[in-house]
Amino acid sequence: MSAFKVLIVEDSPTMRQLIVFALKRIRGLQISEANDGVDGLKKLSAERFDLIFTDINMPIMDGLKLVSLVRNDPGYKDVPIVIITTEGANEDRERALALGANEYITKPIQTTKIMDAARRLLPLTV
Amino acid sequence: MAGIEDHHGGANRAEEFLQIFKKGAEFTQDLLKENERLRFQILKLEEKERQEPGVPSDDATVRRLQEKISTLEEEKAQILDRIREVEEENLDFANRYVDIENENNMLANLYIASYQLHSTLDFNEVLQIILEIVINLIGAEQFGVMLLDEKTNSLRAVGSEGIERDELPVIELGEGVIGQMAKTGENYFVDDLEHYQKDLTNPMVCIPLKIKEHVIGVIVIYSLLEQKSRFAEVDYELFTLLAGHAATAIFSSKLYSESERKLTTIQGFIDLMTK
Repeated sequence: MSAFKVLIVEDSPTMRQLIVFALKRIRGLQISEANDGVDGLKKLSAERFDLIFTDINMPIMDGLKLVSLVRNDPGYKDVPIVIITTEGANEDRERALALGANEYITKPIQTTKIMDAARRLLPLTV
Repeated sequence: MAGIEDHHGGANRAEEFLQIFKKGAEFTQDLLKENERLRFQILKLEEKERQEPGVPSDDATVRRLQEKISTLEEEKAQILDRIREVEEENLDFANRYVDIENENNMLANLYIASYQLHSTLDFNEVLQIILEIVINLIGAEQFGVMLLDEKTNSLRAVGSEGIERDELPVIELGEGVIGQMAKTGENYFVDDLEHYQKDLTNPMVCIPLKIKEHVIGVIVIYSLLEQKSRFAEVDYELFTLLAGHAATAIFSSKLYSESERKLTTIQGFIDLMTK
């Protein structure tokens, strides 16, 4: 069985490392990283991903813009997107979900929440 | 006449006796037949019992069924006890799983914070990593990092988040909560986190950055993210980690920057002399 490809779009190296650390505990995932929305889009156009984790507050292009662009791409309209952010207000959550994000996780982050989201959104066998 | 009568009387008695005897014989015959029939019946029942031993009499059936019910009741009680034990074990496993996951989460956070803090010798990068840890792993919204100037014995902000660095006051060592914590090296947490009112000289949290017992600065927190209402166990562990590792990372990066600067100066001087 080929691995599920996961893209992490996050400007903080600390957060990226923590998300990678959590996802590596799930078998069958191939993880790639991007520093911001533009870098994320480049990687999304270069290869096909099965799941995207993205922050909102990032330089150059923020996470909400990325979600919007990804959802408008016919090839990515059904790919699950998980937002990981410091923005805890309900209106922020609703806005992100309305744009097409599947899940909304607030910081401070817990590795279990990242793992649970990946398990829910990917058709993993284990 | 009397002889004839006597003769007749004797004949009658004989006849009666014969009748009685005949009846007795018939009765005996009947008894024999009945006896024969019952013996045959017994033989049939014995034969049936031999062939079908599982079909006992009614009383035996009831007794055996009662015994079976009693055995089954005991088995049922044992099974219910076992189910209870298994349910308790399951609950215990579930609780242990949650504890282990929390422990894993805590260790992951501590490992990554420590790894990141020692991943660079650039002072600005170290400072940025401390800010990232406090935002992303602890969940603080407004906070600052202050370093002690040993010449002036005062604490001055070198980095902040959610609040302008220049807004943070310069604090004399021993002055107020921040100065006191920097002097004693003890962590400070406000008693009532929920009703805390932001005060730049009186933060909700003040964590001295220490190399052994030598304080080089403090982290001061004024507010937490909206979704963060209280500190978890992992936060206190992170504060402990930051107190030591952030201090050594800052100290090392400053020493490195200083030695780099001196090296550049010396190199420039050597270049000037040799040209």
